[in-house]
Amino acid sequence: MDFTFTKDQQLYHDSVKRFLTAKVTTEYIRQSWASHTGSSAKLWQGLVELGLTAMLVPKAYQGLGMKLLDFILLAQECGRVALPEPLLETTMVATPILGTLAEKDPRCRSLLHKIAAGEARIAVLHTVNNLISDAHNADWLLLPKSDQLHLLARDQVRLTAQASIDPSRRLFTVEWQGSSETCLTSGTEGVALLAFILNCGALATAAQLLGLAEAMLAMTVQYTIDRQQFGRPIGANQALKHHLANCAVATEFAKAPLYRAAYTVSQRPSQADLAISHAKVAAGEAAVLTAKHCIQAHGAMGYTWECDLHIFMKRAWTLDKFWGPAGFHKNRLRLWLMDTKAKIGADQTFSTQS
Amino acid sequence: MDLEYTAEQKKFRQEVRRWLADHMPAEPLQSFDTDTGFKQHRRWEKTLAEGNFAMVTWPQKYGGRGCNLIEWLIFEEEYYRARAPLRVNQNGIFLLGPTLMEYGTSAQKTRYLTPMAKGEEIWAQGWSEPGAGSDMAAIRCKATRTGDTYVINGQKTWSTRAAFADWVFCIFRTDPDSLRHHGLSFILVPLNASGVTVRPIRQLNGLTGFAEIFFDDVQVPVENRLGEEGQGWQVAMATAGFERGLMLRSPARFQETAKQLVELYHSHRNDILDLSIEDAVVKSFMDAEAYALSTYQTASRLIKGGKIGSESSLNKIFWSELDQRMHETAMSILASRAELLPHAPAAENVGNWLDDFLFAQSGPIYAGANEIQRNIIAERLLGMPRK
Ligand SMILES: Cc1cc2nc3c(=O)[nH]c(=O)nc-3n(C[C@H](O)[C@H](O)[C@H](O)COP(=O)(O)OP(=O)(O)OC[C@H]3O[C@@H](n4cnc5c(N)ncnc54)[C@H](O)[C@@H]3O)c2cc1C
Repeated sequence: MDFTFTKDQQLYHDSVKRFLTAKVTTEYIRQSWASHTGSSAKLWQGLVELGLTAMLVPKAYQGLGMKLLDFILLAQECGRVALPEPLLETTMVATPILGTLAEKDPRCRSLLHKIAAGEARIAVLHTVNNLISDAHNADWLLLPKSDQLHLLARDQVRLTAQASIDPSRRLFTVEWQGSSETCLTSGTEGVALLAFILNCGALATAAQLLGLAEAMLAMTVQYTIDRQQFGRPIGANQALKHHLANCAVATEFAKAPLYRAAYTVSQRPSQADLAISHAKVAAGEAAVLTAKHCIQAHGAMGYTWECDLHIFMKRAWTLDKFWGPAGFHKNRLRLWLMDTKAKIGADQTFSTQS
Repeated sequence: MDLEYTAEQKKFRQEVRRWLADHMPAEPLQSFDTDTGFKQHRRWEKTLAEGNFAMVTWPQKYGGRGCNLIEWLIFEEEYYRARAPLRVNQNGIFLLGPTLMEYGTSAQKTRYLTPMAKGEEIWAQGWSEPGAGSDMAAIRCKATRTGDTYVINGQKTWSTRAAFADWVFCIFRTDPDSLRHHGLSFILVPLNASGVTVRPIRQLNGLTGFAEIFFDDVQVPVENRLGEEGQGWQVAMATAGFERGLMLRSPARFQETAKQLVELYHSHRNDILDLSIEDAVVKSFMDAEAYALSTYQTASRLIKGGKIGSESSLNKIFWSELDQRMHETAMSILASRAELLPHAPAAENVGNWLDDFLFAQSGPIYAGANEIQRNIIAERLLGMPRK
């Protein structure tokens, strides 16, 4: 039993964090809003060179063969800088799905090669969202239809842009016609993969929400030190201290559930639904609470377009509702917990039964 | 990261489970805040010690098993799962014990740890005073040194278990000219020493769970001081770290409460009209689970040489407010029967929820009130300005 990250995981985390903090500044994000695609080839290339797109691709397809657990701290960093690139849908959602199909499907194999090399981006639709993000930048789309999962090229679908309050989020509805050729899988395997997609999406989103909460809290603490009223920093007031301490508590107790969730995907798949739902609810609550207290601590400044806080707040508000809002995930937990056969209690946290 | 128990850890769990099944008292013990109950609990501590289960993390020579913190968590899980008696000596084994290991001389360790583990000496904690609650540095109770003796005068209060305990560990002002957290010393006092008067205080449930202690020219030898003279604040803060940090409230306690809450909900499901109650039950389970996961994370970090500092304030807030919410939810489920005392005929099957609900109200107050914890988080963890 060891609930810590390895040295290697920590070192890699540090280097990704350094890269993202240097490149994805709030000035950069504001510039990206004005651009047509919202995306930068140069930044994407940087992410590819760091190995991020190759990480979760199996070694057989020129990837690094790592696990979602190896990516979880990196996903948290993507949230911390409010990364406006479709990295996580390609890496944390599409890649594991294609990985499970690769052996029997040459299309998936060739796509994995391209993902690893940074030459393909995938957008993923799921019925919990009904909207698909960054599809305009994607080379391929993974699309569900009842028990089927289809893979279509972008020029095979019709996208309609749906403007979001978060200018970094480029959302679309998609019209498409699948065929037996575009269908990757169906039946029980299809259903299982669609559930897996949902879990991967929720996990990636939970990690970003946690990073966003930490970012908002850090920038707000700094603001309360700098801003003076009544002849002293506003942060000296206990009301603000206690609001922000509550954010720290909520954020802290969302961490271990997130890391446990990432662990279960590969090590305890039968418990992944519950663990991921827990992580998504906890991270969402932490981020939404933090957004609320942080705008309050900023006063009117926090209500402006000019202040950077809204970059993070809007992402927190939107991601909290994406890949299953709290109600969806709490309900999954509820259905399990309210079944009298659910095994709970002090000795069950790491039990191998589900 | 490896969230699987080792074969030895699984074996250890089975050993604890079997031992508890064989040794658990046949009848639930009476409250340790009664004379009879206290004696029963003292006997139980002795039974635990005979099985080498008094404090599994301690070295073997003091009656422990040299277990690491993960194994301690396993022990606690089995302990609460078995609904074993609450620990009457928790001040000793969880707070003073670890402090003695860190600051005690080898003579002090030998003198105090073994009788502590065996339940022969039950400890109370004497820090608070009428004028020094949250503001502990306002301590006025004096220990004046004359030769090799301290002469103690003053008053302590809110001292848990002191109504029946044998010893109290205190912080006194040893330098009369000192201010605030300087000039304090950590001193161990037998409650039967001449000049000590213990006056029990009734708590919300009517029992004498704590006491005030008066010191009138009480003499104790200087060997009873733990750590250097004047270093009492630092020694006390180490104890406070254990208390808020990890030891005082292991997650198992809350996980079992959450489990009982789910059971309570099931048995009342058809009468419950308030939809928010089910949500609160689900949330209780999630939060108890989060506390357990987080504690395993901290334990793993400490095993690898990490330290726990102000983060322990995050824990204190989380568990105490979780406990309060869980018991509020139980009261809502029990509805009009929630107020019934256990001996009321209609109180059948209401369990211990009422008494535990009362006690849950004190969680955010003792071991450093939660407002103070929030100040600590804001100032020390987040770096917000003091003034
Ligand atoms: C069940 C129980 C068991 C206890 N057992 C022991 C024991 O064994 N040994 C022992 O020494 N003590 C014990 N205590 C005492 C406990 O440590 C104190 O109650 C606690 O430190 C608070 O002090 P106080 O009661 O004097 O409250 P006060 O300090 O008077 O506080 C009252 C309220 O004011 C708030 N407050 C005070 N200062 C500030 C501030 N700066 N900022 C914001 N809010 C503030 C507090 O948070 C609290 O809400 C026990 C208490 C209880 C309830």
